[in-house]
Amino acid sequence: MDRDAISQRIAELIAPFNKKGVAIADGTTFAGELEFDSLTVMDFVAAIEDEFDIIISMNQQAEIETYGQLVDAVVKLQG
Amino acid sequence: MSMGDLFDKFAPVIAMREGLLASGVTDPFGLVMEKVISPTVAVCNGRETILLGTYNYMGMTFDPDVIDAGKRALDDFGSGTTGSRVLNGTYAGHKAVEAALCEFYGMDHAMVFSTGYQANLGIISTIAGKGDYIVLDIDSHASIWDGCKMGDAEVVPFKHNDIEAMEKRLKRIPEGAGKLVVLEGVYSMMGDIAPLKEMIAIAKANGAMVLVDEAHSMGFIGPNGRGVAEDQGCLEDVDFVIGTFSKSVGTVGGFCVSNHPKFEIMRLVCRPYVFTASLPPSVVATAATSVRKLMHAGNKRAHLWENSRTLHAGLKAKGFQLGTETPQSAIISVIMPDLERGAAMWEALMHEGLYVNLARPPATPAGMTLLRCSLCAEHSAEQVQQIIGMFERAGRAAGILPQG
Repeated sequence: MDRDAISQRIAELIAPFNKKGVAIADGTTFAGELEFDSLTVMDFVAAIEDEFDIIISMNQQAEIETYGQLVDAVVKLQG
Repeated sequence: MSMGDLFDKFAPVIAMREGLLASGVTDPFGLVMEKVISPTVAVCNGRETILLGTYNYMGMTFDPDVIDAGKRALDDFGSGTTGSRVLNGTYAGHKAVEAALCEFYGMDHAMVFSTGYQANLGIISTIAGKGDYIVLDIDSHASIWDGCKMGDAEVVPFKHNDIEAMEKRLKRIPEGAGKLVVLEGVYSMMGDIAPLKEMIAIAKANGAMVLVDEAHSMGFIGPNGRGVAEDQGCLEDVDFVIGTFSKSVGTVGGFCVSNHPKFEIMRLVCRPYVFTASLPPSVVATAATSVRKLMHAGNKRAHLWENSRTLHAGLKAKGFQLGTETPQSAIISVIMPDLERGAAMWEALMHEGLYVNLARPPATPAGMTLLRCSLCAEHSAEQVQQIIGMFERAGRAAGILPQG
């Protein structure tokens, strides 16, 4: 999958967690704009991990603040 | 613009606390026990209070043999060791309690730490290093999380007690990386147990080492009180059992037992073991005596289970929402609608003369407020009935149950 395809798939996976319907762009922040709390983060990360068959460790999650950073991380983890 | 300082980050907790106290409730996190009468009764705010939130599962704190052993050690060895286990802080008593633990668990090695928190912190942060992976339950105790944070391993949580989620994550770990699966026998917030047999089999099939925290099961779960792994017949597949002296054993301290042939090297490489003073002689003497008595405590175990079943059934019948469908341990968790009403219920129980733990996020799963009850083998059947009555009256007073 290329970056665009991955980005589109992640956007679809965010939808059920995006309760306020915030518009998603590369700069959108999970904690700030999407207001993800720790429980939401856990469920959302599990959904991404299962979709792409990858592990995003807590150590890696700490480096991811925005949607764009998540897409980049998934692209990299997919190899 | 006002100047803030380093305490700004605590603003949400300060606001939570102020909000709670503004409702007029007594501070549930500021309780003082003025006098302790027995493992199950203390005087709080001048009132005799039944203790139902102490983790003193086996009621060993006032056992005459335990007390005697402590007094003798205080006389013979003094009030403290003033040193690290690897320097001047290992006395005969420290070796004796480690020998008692080896016997209790039927394992080759035991290493005693100054607290249970330090046992998890030390073992987890030391055995899982850079490039290794720790796969752990999302509802793990703070000491496990802090052990992960202190080490350099990659940390991968999975949904609570979800066997499939754990397996998927194990299978995704890069080939050749070291793997440690961390589980608990009893999860202390809801009082539920883990399907250890299935989980450990999968961990082993995927080449992982397994650490199980049995803090809340030692002494009464399993035929010999060795915990949930013993009860489910998979203790021999556990590489490291973590436990504590501050629950069933009735004093303070933590430990790890293991059959790993190279385990003794941990004494030199585990920093929370090396860089702290060892337990006082009186503490290890009381612990050793208590651990040995717990090996032959079948009748007490049976009575504790009776208490747990009676309280669970009683509270359920009164209409309370509980953390587990059936009693799985000596912890019975009563789910409150929110922190404010949970604190009101806690206070109503204190007025009845009953102490339970009020637990709130982030310690609790899914943002819940809980009234956590931990039973003791020394609670009499009459006390348990009294407790059910107290819950009913407090529940109506605090509006948790419908008015009768």
